[in-house]
Amino acid sequence: MINLELAAQHQETYDNLMQVAEHMMRPYSRKYDKEEHSYPREMEEVAKLLAGNRDSRAGQEKSDKAQDGAPQIKNGANLMAVTAYEALCWGDAGLMLAMPGRGLGNAAISAVGTPEQVAKYGSSYAAMCITEPGTGSDSANISTTAVADGDEWILNGEKIFVTDGERCDTLVVWATLDKSLGKAAIKSFIVEKGTPGCEVTRLEHKMGIRASDTAAISFTDCRIPKANILGTAAVATNAQERKKAFGGVMQTFDNTRPPVAAMAIGVGRAALDLTRQILQKEGVELDFDKKPGNVSAIEAELYKMEAEWHAARLLVRKAAWMADNKQPNSLEASMCKAKAGRTGNYIALRCVELCQSLGYSEHELLEIFARDSKILDIFEGTQQIQQLIVARRVLEKSSSELK
Amino acid sequence: MTTTAQNLLFDLTLTDDQRMTRDTIARFAAAEIRPQARVGDTAATDFYQKTVDLGLTLMPIPEALGGAGVERSAVSNVLNAVDLAHGDLAMALGAISPLAFVNTVLDQGTQSQQEKYLPRFCAEEFVPATTALMEPRATFEPTQLTTTATRNDNGFVLNGVKTMVPLGLDAELVLVIAVLDGEGPAAFIIEDTPNGMQRTLESHMGLETVQLATLAFDKVQLGEDTLLGDSGFDLQRFIDLSRIGICALAVGCCQAVLDYVKEYCNERIAFGEPITNRQSVAFMIADIAIELESMRLMTWRGASLAEQGQDFHQQAYLAKVFCAEHAMKIGTDGVQLLGGHGFCCEHPVELWYRNLRAISFLEGVASA
Repeated sequence: MINLELAAQHQETYDNLMQVAEHMMRPYSRKYDKEEHSYPREMEEVAKLLAGNRDSRAGQEKSDKAQDGAPQIKNGANLMAVTAYEALCWGDAGLMLAMPGRGLGNAAISAVGTPEQVAKYGSSYAAMCITEPGTGSDSANISTTAVADGDEWILNGEKIFVTDGERCDTLVVWATLDKSLGKAAIKSFIVEKGTPGCEVTRLEHKMGIRASDTAAISFTDCRIPKANILGTAAVATNAQERKKAFGGVMQTFDNTRPPVAAMAIGVGRAALDLTRQILQKEGVELDFDKKPGNVSAIEAELYKMEAEWHAARLLVRKAAWMADNKQPNSLEASMCKAKAGRTGNYIALRCVELCQSLGYSEHELLEIFARDSKILDIFEGTQQIQQLIVARRVLEKSSSELK
Repeated sequence: MTTTAQNLLFDLTLTDDQRMTRDTIARFAAAEIRPQARVGDTAATDFYQKTVDLGLTLMPIPEALGGAGVERSAVSNVLNAVDLAHGDLAMALGAISPLAFVNTVLDQGTQSQQEKYLPRFCAEEFVPATTALMEPRATFEPTQLTTTATRNDNGFVLNGVKTMVPLGLDAELVLVIAVLDGEGPAAFIIEDTPNGMQRTLESHMGLETVQLATLAFDKVQLGEDTLLGDSGFDLQRFIDLSRIGICALAVGCCQAVLDYVKEYCNERIAFGEPITNRQSVAFMIADIAIELESMRLMTWRGASLAEQGQDFHQQAYLAKVFCAEHAMKIGTDGVQLLGGHGFCCEHPVELWYRNLRAISFLEGVASA
């Protein structure tokens, strides 16, 4: 039965996290934007709270009983994740990314790790190393190498844009076993920080999400145990197997794109809420009554942004709901990331403009939202990559037809 | 519509009934609507008679009045409107105009009004009925009407002009929304054509097959029992339900655009390959798909809130704002993607472009 409101349990979590965001994150937004790369220790409290929340709730609700063969509907971990990410990024996107204890690498380990790997590294603080100086969206083109040598793998190469790269304990590194074999030879490896040959060479200075550390990491004859490969070491030999192998790697994005899209939604909401608050003091109020053509330009623009924001959020929730219910959601995951990424950025930038000097000034947080929002339309797949994926799916095109 | 206190899950699954109805309506739209979208009024009468078999108006009317007594569902109404408009927006609007009348009488009419007007919608003959809210002004605002009614000894005297009334020329029942002197918004059920009422068929850039008419009222005397309900008219609710219905029509038409450009552009060869191999074309189509899905979810949300008896005013408003903007963008991109061919009437995209232009300012029709 069609219902697009959150289930009570998820709504409650959302409300609670909005409180956390307001009282435990917002007060530090300006501080850690100024003190780039410094460790936001106040977030340890928040992380503890979130971990407690995770443990006390399975985060799963099911429809009472399957009616006449209809599948049982679930509102589970994916919907919970987009709900939580949205609320926490309403607090602060940079601080949320800097939340100690959980990185993007954890998702990869829990998705494809063996029981032994999960036991050993599952609860470590794991970052993800994919991007290289010469390889961004074309992640099949990476040139970091992994060579088998006795009981070890030897890694060589340079990785950039590693979120949590300095603070983490563990790295999940994409490397190729043989570049001439293409996508199928790309595997991921678990590297413990402190392994000789693995070195953080630089931290990036960024326009936004400054609380989050973004590292460049080099691997020079870095030796790791043979058991630290995620998945099989075998390289698929036929075209179908090759496609499947890399497809498996890329599929993790189907689960990670909706939460990142939710981050953009959170930042957009933060900008809209603050803008409406500022404008209210100057007499601009929304009553959702007159048609946009019959109100002031500023009011009409706020209606438009509200509409775009709600639409983007519904796309995010749809993609997450599909994942919860084991429906293939590649198309919807990319749709929501494309829509949320550009909408969050549009709203945040426009809000600064609508508030003029107040929006541009560091007295308010609007200008931080506007800077932070840009990255959310870039990482986890740029706007253009999402459009490419949506277009291929809608038009039923292969990547060789629609490049 | 029922108020439900149960804890619902977020869910996008149609009920079995909704799925079956969709199949029926989608088949009807493909067979009976799409081929006639350009035929115009000569085919219209015959077409509307055929819609009776769909049972659109029969469904929500209580069994005691001869109907099927199926609980009125805004979501189901939306799904139906989407699929009908996938055939043709104008014909869909005509087909559901009687339903807008019926729904509003069920929603806000008195028992005796329901008994008087609704049984005829359960018969085998199509009953042309409609709603009239819009007025011919550039700054028209549905909550600021200039059509007025004043009380006199015999009932009410109605003055004013209504425009863009679907089936307005032939409708035997018209629900006219006006301001009742000193009492606020009011709706009047007008049967046939009383003295002082003039119906004029208008020509527009689109929506031709639905026969949009202007209805002028010059000191029209209406009986006491023509006033809908007995405790004032909830104009906002009427506007909001109609906005959801109009959004549904837009979703259906935009789906037609997407389906059409997908097939055409995949087959159209330029520079030695399908034009969809180029990102500039492919990304336009990707964006149509993304915004269309957004339109659909916004519309569903407004409808599901209404159906649950929750406050749905803000979501209905935002759905309309969203659909108003994106429906036209999809309409114009649909023509663009076919190039010069899109501009020619050999393809339907120019028809959809003209029809979609009306979405942003249409009000008070297609009530969900």
